Amino acid sequence: MQSFAYGNPATIQEALALLAAKWGEADVLAGGTDLISLMKEHLHTPKRVVNIKNIKELEGIQKTDAGIRIGALVTLDELAKNADVKAAAKSLSDAAAAIPSAQIRHMATVGGNLCQRPRCWYYRQGFGLLAMKDGKSMVPDGANQYHAIFGGGPAYFVSPSSLGAALVALGAKIKLVSAKGPREVPAASFFVAPQDETSREIALHPDEILTEIVIPAGAVRSATYEVRQREVLDWPLVTASVVLHMRGNVVASAKVVMGYVAPQPWDSAEAAKAIAGKAITAETAEAAGKAAVASAQPLSQNAYKVTLARVAVKRALLEAAKQKV
Amino acid sequence: MSSTKDPKPKNAVSRRGFLGGMGIGTGAVGAGLLEREAMAAPAAASVVGPGPVPITLNINGKPVNLTVEPSVTLVDALRNHLDYTGAKRVCDRGTCGACTVILAGKSVYSCSVLAIDAQGRNIETIEGLPVNNPISTAFVNHDAQQCGYCTPGFVMATKGFLSEHPSPTMDDVKNGLGGNLCRCGTYMGVRQAVLEAAKNMKGAKNG
Repeated sequence: MQSFAYGNPATIQEALALLAAKWGEADVLAGGTDLISLMKEHLHTPKRVVNIKNIKELEGIQKTDAGIRIGALVTLDELAKNADVKAAAKSLSDAAAAIPSAQIRHMATVGGNLCQRPRCWYYRQGFGLLAMKDGKSMVPDGANQYHAIFGGGPAYFVSPSSLGAALVALGAKIKLVSAKGPREVPAASFFVAPQDETSREIALHPDEILTEIVIPAGAVRSATYEVRQREVLDWPLVTASVVLHMRGNVVASAKVVMGYVAPQPWDSAEAAKAIAGKAITAETAEAAGKAAVASAQPLSQNAYKVTLARVAVKRALLEAAKQKV
Repeated sequence: MSSTKDPKPKNAVSRRGFLGGMGIGTGAVGAGLLEREAMAAPAAASVVGPGPVPITLNINGKPVNLTVEPSVTLVDALRNHLDYTGAKRVCDRGTCGACTVILAGKSVYSCSVLAIDAQGRNIETIEGLPVNNPISTAFVNHDAQQCGYCTPGFVMATKGFLSEHPSPTMDDVKNGLGGNLCRCGTYMGVRQAVLEAAKNMKGAKNG
């Protein structure tokens, strides 16, 4: 790891003063589970690391009339165990609880989960976010079994955040702050597919800090279904996170968002449309699963993910339908 | 123990003591110079480094002073600067569990924590456990190790796990200890040991 200066601010203002206008100068350190690995690999070589763990304003989970406010420093362990989150957003609670391992959940934070860099092995081996060689991505003809089946090109990595799909489905807002002031981004626009090598995969600017997430109030049924190759110490192959607004036994409206299938959490309007106005049964859930993957474009080695995504959507819908909200 | 440790080789020459003794003289001089340099440099109030900075870690209830760069991880500080060699550095990327220690009551990967960041919080390492503690004893009873390299991490992960789950089921154990790998594949023994330790620790607590 390259040596760096270490800032230990106690307030957001102090922290912002230590950030820089362009990437590469300073990195924000929270749980450290990703940043420290990135620095060991020399993928991030900041001159300054800004530890934000002593900023009290970034802690805690509060239930308000507007919804549930989750501070950026809340650990995945705290998020998974929080009763308010479990009651109002089971999909998010379950997504946090499923992240391996206990040690990671104790350290990793909600903000860090959203800001972690892609796990694409081309990126992690130093070939860049877009894995370009001679002006062409190496992924479509390369080792792409864990890559995107939607929205591919020029980026083919999959968004690494386990919480991302759940937050997009729940219509969460992500709050960011810079020296110029705060701004709020819908979770759906926080994750972006970079078009060039110098862009980032999230809407956060280098001089900003992610401060909190707000889950809007409202009675919804929600569920996250994950498909994993290994139960522990791994990322999911595919996830599906669904949110249902019910009218009696019938789905008034739905959100169906798949994770690990695209450079962003992939919001499937087709699947939501397929299930709207219907009661959830094995048949309607299956039809929604099929609709969710109808436009998938798998690469040479990942057609299996299309099947996994179809089944994950179906099972997430069936799971959410069981809830009493 | 501290980083300004005795530059003389230890009397009882262990492999580690010998190797440590070889490099320690120049190391101490280098650290001293850099430390003065860092202190002389006028930095912003809350920024230190990149050179070595003096820090204090609270290890097994004892404050320990050392001087390290901010980029030094907790596992490296423990092993290379303080001779607490129980926590093992294996994958060094937070995916194997061999470096597990307990920080502020929770199990963490010490390869993924900066030493400077661990200040002000209790650090529990395997060296802090009594020899015949219920967890280590249960590991011995169930042959829960082969090469033994993952064992300190497993024992500390177990300690953290049992503090949150005093009466675990086998499924709880599988999931709760999922953050530690054993390349020898001694999981059956480890799981049995964790269940036995849970039983014995509860017995002790309830008198």
